[in-house]
Amino acid sequence: MVISMGFIWNFPLFCIVLCLFSGVLCSVLPRKWAKAVSYTLVILVMCMSAGVLWYTCTMEESFVYMMGHYPAPWGNEVRAGVLEGIMALFFSVIMILSLLAGEKALAKDVEESRQNLYYSLVNLLLSSLLALVYTNDMFTAYVFVEINTIAACGLTAIRGNGRSLVASAKYMMMSLLGSGLLLIGITLLYDVTGHLLMSNIHQAVAECMASGTYSEPLTVIIALICVGLAIKSALFPFHSWLPDAYTYSTPSSSAMMSSLVSKAYIFLLVKIFFRVIGWEVISSNRIVDILFAFGLAGMIMGSVSAIFQKDVKKMVAYSSVAQIGYIYMGFGLGNLEGVMASLFHILMHSAAKSMLFVSLAGLAEASGGHTTRKELRGSGFRNKAAGVAFTMGAFSMVGIPLFAGFISKILFATAAVDNSVAKMTVTLVVLAVSTVLNAIYFFRAVICIYTPGRELPAKKTSLVFAAAMFGFAALNLFLGIFSDVVMDGIRLGMQMFA
Amino acid sequence: MSRLRDDYEKTAWRRLVHFVNGDKEAGEEAGYAVETEKTAARIREEFFEEAKWNRRKEETDTIVSQYAEWPETRGVKYFSRIYGLLAAVLCVSIIVFLLITVANLPKFGNASNPINNEVSERYIEKGMEETGAVNIVAGMILDYRAFDTLGESHVLFIAACCVLILLRIDVKDKTKKERAEENDRIYEPKNDAILQYVARIVVPIVMLFGIYVIFNGHLSPGGGFSGGAIIGAGLILYLNAFGFKKTERFFTMKTFSTISVIALAFYAFSKCYSFFTGANHLHSIISAGTPGKLISAGLILPLNICVGMVVACTMYSFYALFRKGGM
Repeated sequence: MVISMGFIWNFPLFCIVLCLFSGVLCSVLPRKWAKAVSYTLVILVMCMSAGVLWYTCTMEESFVYMMGHYPAPWGNEVRAGVLEGIMALFFSVIMILSLLAGEKALAKDVEESRQNLYYSLVNLLLSSLLALVYTNDMFTAYVFVEINTIAACGLTAIRGNGRSLVASAKYMMMSLLGSGLLLIGITLLYDVTGHLLMSNIHQAVAECMASGTYSEPLTVIIALICVGLAIKSALFPFHSWLPDAYTYSTPSSSAMMSSLVSKAYIFLLVKIFFRVIGWEVISSNRIVDILFAFGLAGMIMGSVSAIFQKDVKKMVAYSSVAQIGYIYMGFGLGNLEGVMASLFHILMHSAAKSMLFVSLAGLAEASGGHTTRKELRGSGFRNKAAGVAFTMGAFSMVGIPLFAGFISKILFATAAVDNSVAKMTVTLVVLAVSTVLNAIYFFRAVICIYTPGRELPAKKTSLVFAAAMFGFAALNLFLGIFSDVVMDGIRLGMQMFA
Repeated sequence: MSRLRDDYEKTAWRRLVHFVNGDKEAGEEAGYAVETEKTAARIREEFFEEAKWNRRKEETDTIVSQYAEWPETRGVKYFSRIYGLLAAVLCVSIIVFLLITVANLPKFGNASNPINNEVSERYIEKGMEETGAVNIVAGMILDYRAFDTLGESHVLFIAACCVLILLRIDVKDKTKKERAEENDRIYEPKNDAILQYVARIVVPIVMLFGIYVIFNGHLSPGGGFSGGAIIGAGLILYLNAFGFKKTERFFTMKTFSTISVIALAFYAFSKCYSFFTGANHLHSIISAGTPGKLISAGLILPLNICVGMVVACTMYSFYALFRKGGM
């Protein structure tokens, strides 16, 4: 059999099934084997996702893959376009880098007999991320949201000390509330439209809108789905679980929680906006304005809370609240440029935030395991690779040119200019204020790690850690310098969405 | 030579440095002490009469103690009252909103409802012919929409993994393990004759019924999830009647992991084959068979068995882990 181009169509299926299988397999393997299996798997998924991205880019079309012998409204199906390819590739790259960089801390934080279960959870998490990215069916999305939630709880709780257990319990309660609201939303949507397949629901919703039937239930459905996913991705008033969950879990877990788990939910929301409800319906709805207001509030409040933190890890976690605010603010602008800016911000924030979390682990290791500013003084000299990576991540978050954060802020600003005067003014002012606040706490942390302070012996950086830091740095610089390429991809993907 | 200014600690630059470094300002605490001492001295001057001073002090002390306790006594009470009230208001308003929404939904059981469309029509009319399963629910979840069920069975597995992470007591940790077992012995029924007698009769019937439900999943109501739950309940009853010593002969951690891994791996790979052939329009060796026969309906029967084993193991392991942190 000649392997033709069309063979790439099978890659999403292979990725998901392999992840599920290796997740189950890792639970019985000894630690070393589990590690080897998961690393191989993530690299394999990375290559296959790159294949999917390459195929959709060159063919300039998306494809729908039938899961089984029955076509779509009866059976399941997955769909892959440029945007899906970008997300899948990006998620697997960040996952392998976070795992590599957090390896040493993992060995210290997690009991040896439980480390194979850690890899098991990681693989199942990856499977759910991929399924959320590729799915074309609302119920499949819900099933994998469940896997995602439980895996994320496990990744937090596996550290096993009191604080991480409390944090994971908090996360579980909030996240299950979000899942519940999402499920109610999906059920009502099924009742009104009679479908679970995204494209069929889209058609049915358009008909409902044209004929004016079921307008109240549809509004409630949009609200339930938005709030459910907003809770799960920690939009400002629902963010109370976030700081603890990110601070007290092992570094590679924090990196994955901040840059993969919450981002997958946001991507699902974008998918629902465009492929299920329809962007015209969403942008003419008042709910967008509520997301806008929450996003703006998050941008300010997240940064203000971050300023008051003495623990740098907690500070980085609070900064996530602000960055999630940016993303929802972009949706709230109500135009396509805003959504594209948000999508770019998702990529930028994933790359920078995971780099910050794992480099912070390196700095903490060189400072006797502490992460307060006082203890971290001078750690940039003791662990040079981590220091440079932390600085780069901080620069990117603040929005220094050459780094991706700068581009995403420009994109947000240009998207705001196309808007009504009131929205434009508010957005630009809040963007400026938030940037200044970001600069205050991130520069403070950077100055701190480069202030000679505590006399501690320099730690020799392991080669794996340095390589992971180099990979992260390259990823961030790529997003900053070649942002045009990425934006072209996002634009192409958005065209395929509609 | 320049020298430090007297108010060096108070300059804006020093304050910025302290803010950046995140340490408590060195002079801060001492400064407070000095300030309070000064104020105290001034007050003492004003009330130089010793008695007056003492009375004043007593008064302030009582007020201070009242206010110090306030957050713990009255404050918590007020806060929890307001909190409860707000939570109730929020809940009631959400309930009202959802009820209004439900009232606006299509009427239940109406033939012209959106849910009565081509999707359910094909399931009902062609389900048996296409999947070979008489029980169309089994046909739907294990053939038409098998991908969702694949995810769902992994939800069970990952939940078991998380319970394992949280509750398992390691073999290495001898003292903890012994304590858990001792603790378990207190609550374990000690060879209850009635329970054992009943269990001897009931457990085989329960097990047989569970196996029946699994094996007839494609012919009659039931299937892997329900049958597995029945078998799991039978195992738990057996454990309660005869104790861990008896169950450990055939069910340990190793049995649990072997069964789950084999069942889930078989599920994933057989379904992957079926998805692959279906999507690429290749010939599949799996045939629907004659509806109504025990060996029919293609993959549905083996998948039901897999799901049943995973569910039974998960239920039993949950119980055992919650009870003594091991199997």
